[in-house]
Amino acid sequence: MEILMFIVIGVLFTIGIYLLLARSLLRVIVSLMILSHGAHLLLLTMAGLNAEAPPLEHMADGGYTDPLPQALILTAIVISFGITAFLVVLGYRTYKVHNTDDLEKLRGSADE
Amino acid sequence: MSSLHIAILIPFMMAILIPIIYPYTKKIHTGWFVLLVPTALFLYILTFLPTTMEGGYEYVSLSWVPSLGINVDLYVDGLSLLFALLITGIGGLVVLYSIYYLDKVSERLHHFYVYLLMFMGAMVGVVLSDNLIVLYIFWELTSLASALLISYWFHRKASVYGAQKSMLITVFGGFAMLAGFCILYGMTGTFSVRDIIAQTEGLAGSTLFLAAMILVLLGAFTKSAQFPFHIWLPDAMEAPTPVSAYLHSATMVKAGIYLVARLTPVFGGDAVWFWALVIAGLVTLTYGSITAVRQKDLKGILAYSTISQLGLIMSLLGVGSAALYMESGEGAVFYSLAITTAVFHLLNHATFKGSLFMAVGIIDHETGTRDIRKLGGLMTIMPITFAISAIGLASMAGLPPFNGFLSKEMFFTSLLRATEGDFFSLGTIGFLLPVIAWIASVFTFLYCAVTFFKTFFGKFEQSHYEKTVHEAPFGMLISPVILVALVVTLGIFPNIVAQSLVAPAVTSILPRFSVDELDIKFSLWHGINTELLMTLAIIFCGSVLLITMKKWSQFNIYKRERDPLHWFYDQGLDGLIHFSQTVTRAQMTGLLRDYFVYMCAFILLLLGWTFWYADAWSFNISTVATTPFFVYIVTAVFIVTTLCLPFIQKRMTLIIFAGIIGYIMALYFAMFRAPDLALTQLLIETVTVVLLMLAFRHLPEMAPEKAAPSKKLGNIVISAAVGVTITVVGISAYSLGTDANFSSISDYYIENVYKLGGGTNMVNVILVDFRGLDTMLEVLVLGIVSLAVIMLIKHRFKGGEDV
Repeated sequence: MEILMFIVIGVLFTIGIYLLLARSLLRVIVSLMILSHGAHLLLLTMAGLNAEAPPLEHMADGGYTDPLPQALILTAIVISFGITAFLVVLGYRTYKVHNTDDLEKLRGSADE
Repeated sequence: MSSLHIAILIPFMMAILIPIIYPYTKKIHTGWFVLLVPTALFLYILTFLPTTMEGGYEYVSLSWVPSLGINVDLYVDGLSLLFALLITGIGGLVVLYSIYYLDKVSERLHHFYVYLLMFMGAMVGVVLSDNLIVLYIFWELTSLASALLISYWFHRKASVYGAQKSMLITVFGGFAMLAGFCILYGMTGTFSVRDIIAQTEGLAGSTLFLAAMILVLLGAFTKSAQFPFHIWLPDAMEAPTPVSAYLHSATMVKAGIYLVARLTPVFGGDAVWFWALVIAGLVTLTYGSITAVRQKDLKGILAYSTISQLGLIMSLLGVGSAALYMESGEGAVFYSLAITTAVFHLLNHATFKGSLFMAVGIIDHETGTRDIRKLGGLMTIMPITFAISAIGLASMAGLPPFNGFLSKEMFFTSLLRATEGDFFSLGTIGFLLPVIAWIASVFTFLYCAVTFFKTFFGKFEQSHYEKTVHEAPFGMLISPVILVALVVTLGIFPNIVAQSLVAPAVTSILPRFSVDELDIKFSLWHGINTELLMTLAIIFCGSVLLITMKKWSQFNIYKRERDPLHWFYDQGLDGLIHFSQTVTRAQMTGLLRDYFVYMCAFILLLLGWTFWYADAWSFNISTVATTPFFVYIVTAVFIVTTLCLPFIQKRMTLIIFAGIIGYIMALYFAMFRAPDLALTQLLIETVTVVLLMLAFRHLPEMAPEKAAPSKKLGNIVISAAVGVTITVVGISAYSLGTDANFSSISDYYIENVYKLGGGTNMVNVILVDFRGLDTMLEVLVLGIVSLAVIMLIKHRFKGGEDV
C-alpha cells in the first residue's frame, strides 16, 4: 500500500509544481494547498501504513498506529491553513488593487 | 612604541590636524605647516645613515596581532634608508613647490595636503615595514592616496577617469600581491621579510614557489607601471603637477621596484625571476621610449619616459639577480654591478625626473599650456626654467657630465656582461639585450631632444598663450634648482653617494656579499670602451632622427598620440559592465514562474546527483502493508481529480475540485486510522473553500492560460521530474528505514500516554503534553495570521506608492 501512496504523492507533487508555474494567482494558491497535501501524506506514509488500531488507548491492547506523525501532521495542517488563509486574502487584495491576478502582468519593472 | 614608529605616525597625525587648523590659518599657506613634516622626517632618517653605512640595521617591533604573526615591525637597512630619504627629501621639495604652485584662495588646500601626507606616511611605511601584511596595508594606502590625488580636481571628467583607472589596476595588482604574500607565509610560516630571507634555501624546490613569485611580481609590475600595466600612468597626469612629480615619477611608481629589490634575496637566482624581470623591463623600456616620442603633451612625454626608465631599472634588477645564481666569487660580483646600477639609476631618476616635472609645471603655470605644438621660444623668457630643463633632459638622455650619463654607461656595461653568461639559456639570445637597450636609448635621446627644442627654441608667439609669459616666481624655482644641483653634483662627484647610500642598498639586495667584496666605485671618465662608443652612436643616430623629423613626423603612426593599449582597457571595462548587465537581464526576469523553475531545477539537480552519486537505490518492499480493495477505488478517484486541476478554466470549478481533493485527504486519514487528522482536515478544508469562495466569487473569470508550447512543455517536464523524484526518493527512503530496522520512539508514547499523560488519546496527549511547545507556537502562527489578515483588509494607505 505504501508504494501506491508514494505514487499518489508523486502525482500530487507533479500537479502542485505544475500549478505553481502557472500565471494565475489563484492557481498558485491552490498549488500550495496541493503541495501541502502531498507533504502531509508523505509524513503519514513514511511511518508505515500497517493496518492496526487507531492511537486510542482503549481501542486495543497493543499494535497501535504510530501517533507521532499524526501529531506532526496535525500541527502542519493548522500552519498550512494559516498560510493559505493569509495568501487568499493577500491574493484578494492584490486583485483589488491591480485589477489582475496575472503574475506576468504583476512583475516588477525591468530594472529591478 | 619606538621613535621610528612615531616617525611613521607623524604624517598621519598631521593629516588629521590639517583640516582642524585650516579654517583658522587661511592667511598663511597651509603648505608651510606641512613642510615641517618631511623636513623633520628627512633629518631624523639621516641619523640612521652611520648605522647603515657600516652594514648595520635598525630593527624595532610593535605587537599588533601577535596571534596571527602580524606586527608593526620596522626595519631600516641600506635599501629602506635610500627609499625613505628619497620619499621624505623629494616630499619636502614637492611641498615647497606646491606652496607656490597651488593658489591658497581658489584651491581646497586642506584636501590636498591631507591626501599628500597620507601618501607620504603610507610610502614611508611601505619601505620601512618588515612585516608583509603591514607592508600590504601601507601599499594599498598609497594606491588610495594616489587615486584621491589624481582626482583632486574631481569636477574634471578626465581626472576621475584617471583615478579610477589607476585604482583598478594598482588594486588588482595589490590583491595579487597579497595572495603571493599569503603563499609565502604558507611556505615559511612567517610574515617577516628577514625571516623569509633566512629560510630561502629550501623555498626554491617548493611547488608554490613559482605561484608566489608570479603573484608578487604582478603586484610590483602594476604599481611600477610595467608593460602592459603601464596604461594607468599617462592618465594619472591629470593630477596637479606637484603630485605627478612626487607620486608618478619619484616615489610611488618605485614601490614596485622596492618590492622586487626587497624580495630579490628570496626569489633571485631563479630563471623565471630573471627572465620575467628582464623581458618586462626591456619591453617597458622600449615601448615607453618609443611611445614618448609620439606624445604632444609635456606631461605625457614625461609619463612615458618614467615608464621607460622604470623598465630600465626593472631589467637591471633582473640581470643583477643572476649574481645570486652564481653563488659567490668573481662571477657573482661581475653581475652584481647591475644591481649597483639599478640603485644608482633609481636615485638619479628621482632627481632629474622630479626637476623635469617641476619645470613642466612652471611652464604650464606661466603659459597656460603644455602642448609642444603651441610652445616655443621660451629660452630667453624663462632662462632659469630653461637651464633646469636643459640639465634634466641632458641627464635623462644620458649625456655627460650629468648623473644620467653615468648610470646609462653602467647600464650598457651590465647588459654587455649579460651576453657573456651562458646561464638560464642566455647564450643564444643574450646578444639581443644590449641591442634592444641601445635602440630604446636612441628613442630616449630623441624624445629628450624633441622636448628641449620644441619648448625652448623656435619663434616665440604670444598669441598662442592666454597669459603674459614670464619667468616663474623665485619660490617655485627653489625645489627644481636644488634637484638639478643634485643632478650635476652626482654627475661630477658620484662617489659621495657610492659608499654612503648605494653600497648599503646593494648589500641589502644581495645580502650574501659584503661591501668590501663588491667594491662600488663610480667614475665619470672610464676610458674609451664599447659603452662610450654606444653613447656616441646614440647621439649620432638620435640627432639624425631629430633633423629628419619633418619627414617622419608625417607618418600616421607618429600622429596617433593615444596609446593603443588603452583601447583594451576601455573595451574590457565596458565589456565587463555590458556582460554583467546581460547576464543579470537574462536571469532576473521578474517573473515568479522563472524563479520557481530555477529553484526546482536546482533542487532536482542537487537531489538527483546526490542520489545517483550515493547509489541510494533501495527497494525492499517486504514490509509494505496489503492494499485493501476500497483503497484502490479511492486512490483512482483521487488521482483523476488531481489530474483534472490543470485543465480547469473556471474559477469556481477549480475551488470546488480543490475542496474535493481535501475531502478525499480526510478520507485517507480516516482509512489510515487517524481520526483526529480526519476531523481537522474536514473542518479546515471546509473553511478554506469557504474563504476562497468569499474572496474570489465576485472577481471576473480567469483568463485562460496562454503560454508558448515550449514553455508549457518545460513546465510539464519539470513538474513531472519533481513528482517522479519525490516518489523514487520516498520509496527508497522508506525501504532504507525498513532495512535499518530502528525501533520507533513512539513506543514510549504509546506505553506512557496514560501513565504519565493521564489521557487515552495518544495524538492529543502528544500535542498538549509531551510536545506542547509545538502547539503553543502553532497557536501563535494562527494569531499572527489573523492579525495580518486584519491589517490587510482594514489598513489601507491612500495615495503614496504603498498600495
